[in-house]
Amino acid sequence: MCLGVPMKILSRDGDNIVAEVDGVQKEASLMLLGEDVAVGDYVIVHAGFAISRLDEAYAEETIRLMKEVFAPEDMQ
Amino acid sequence: MKFQDEFRDRKLVEIMGDNIRRMARQLRRPVNFMEVCGTHTMSIYQYGIRSLLPDNVHLVSGPGCPVCVTPVGYVDNALSCAVEPGNIVATFGDMLRVPGSSSSLMEQRALGADVRIVYSPLDAVALAAGNPSRRVIFLGVGFETTAPAVAASILEAARQGLDNYFVLSSHKTMPKPMEILTADPELNLAGYLCPAHVSTVIGGKAYSELAQRFHIPCVVTGFEPADVMQGIEMLLGQVLKAESRVEIQYCRAVTWDGNPKAQAILERVFSPGDAEWRGLGVLPDSGLNIREGLSMFDAAKVLDLPEVAGIEHTACRCGEVLRGKLAPFDCQLFGTACTPEEPVGSCMVSSEGTCAAAYKYGR
Ligand code: SF4
Repeated sequence: MCLGVPMKILSRDGDNIVAEVDGVQKEASLMLLGEDVAVGDYVIVHAGFAISRLDEAYAEETIRLMKEVFAPEDMQ
Repeated sequence: MKFQDEFRDRKLVEIMGDNIRRMARQLRRPVNFMEVCGTHTMSIYQYGIRSLLPDNVHLVSGPGCPVCVTPVGYVDNALSCAVEPGNIVATFGDMLRVPGSSSSLMEQRALGADVRIVYSPLDAVALAAGNPSRRVIFLGVGFETTAPAVAASILEAARQGLDNYFVLSSHKTMPKPMEILTADPELNLAGYLCPAHVSTVIGGKAYSELAQRFHIPCVVTGFEPADVMQGIEMLLGQVLKAESRVEIQYCRAVTWDGNPKAQAILERVFSPGDAEWRGLGVLPDSGLNIREGLSMFDAAKVLDLPEVAGIEHTACRCGEVLRGKLAPFDCQLFGTACTPEEPVGSCMVSSEGTCAAAYKYGR
């Protein structure tokens, strides 16, 4: 039940959004989210509320850092 | 999807394992790291993370599944709400099978009690609005991830002027049990994989006192296998440098300050208080009580709840599992008398429970 799911915002009407993951659409509320989000952004949805925005730039940065730990011979 | 596939890349995860093994060779003694979030526990079993780690790096599961840490007495209270004619009990699905002293919500529902599964606490508010002659009791369990959603439902019920919506609140808050477990010499913890989604709300800063005062490394870690591996790497890095700081591995979703709006709503609706944790007992400042001004929504205050027994099954060892002292496989009921279909203890109920994850995915 603690599950939070990263979802992409498909539409927004005031504090209500429709978001999608793996082809499943769900409504969620933005009541708990301080940051402004727009259609196309990713948010973590938990129990019907978006609780956090997912930052794509940071996601890419994290992957880049993970790949940096590859030893040179591993990268081939 | 961008936020999943790359973080599940098996090759990447295995190479990270090689790196962890290299780092672990420099350890002078074995280390125990605890994950304090049920979703981490699930991910660790599901992706076989333990098999990628060297012998001197151990992962221990902690009290991170909200359903699991909910005491039997709470379930008994929920059951007494459910059997009262005219009441509707609304709950997240995984509370249904949690055994109370002598029954479960599932059993009571089969006997005719009106127990409804909802996805969002707002659905429970809508139930109350649609059934004005009945009382709707929402079972408010969960950590700081869930508590803001429940708080929002109370504010929504207040806005609509509903007088038939109640929350039976047993919310828990995070850093406190981690302090208690850090001080336990038997566990001898060397670092924490701090919960991911709880931290989206409370922020990395919530662990800084813990890290400083108890000299324990804390890394807020995401749920994908590569996240977990990187969290372990970061913990090892701190151990090797004899540091104890808070780092945020899951920076795509968690900031240092957390979610101020969710924190403000929590603050408006709840005040901190003592809470009873299954396996850990009553811990000061580890729970959330509905504030005085909103007590008309507080099931524990408004409804006449009878005294409950709160008796745990004598052979269930959830308490030890939740404290990281016992692996599920070492409970004699595991997989025999206790299965996800017929759970004896709460740790076997929710998919985030340590026993349930161990049952589903094996070692
Ligand atoms: S296997 Fe079942 S009985 Fe044993 S500790 Fe886990 S939940 Fe309790």
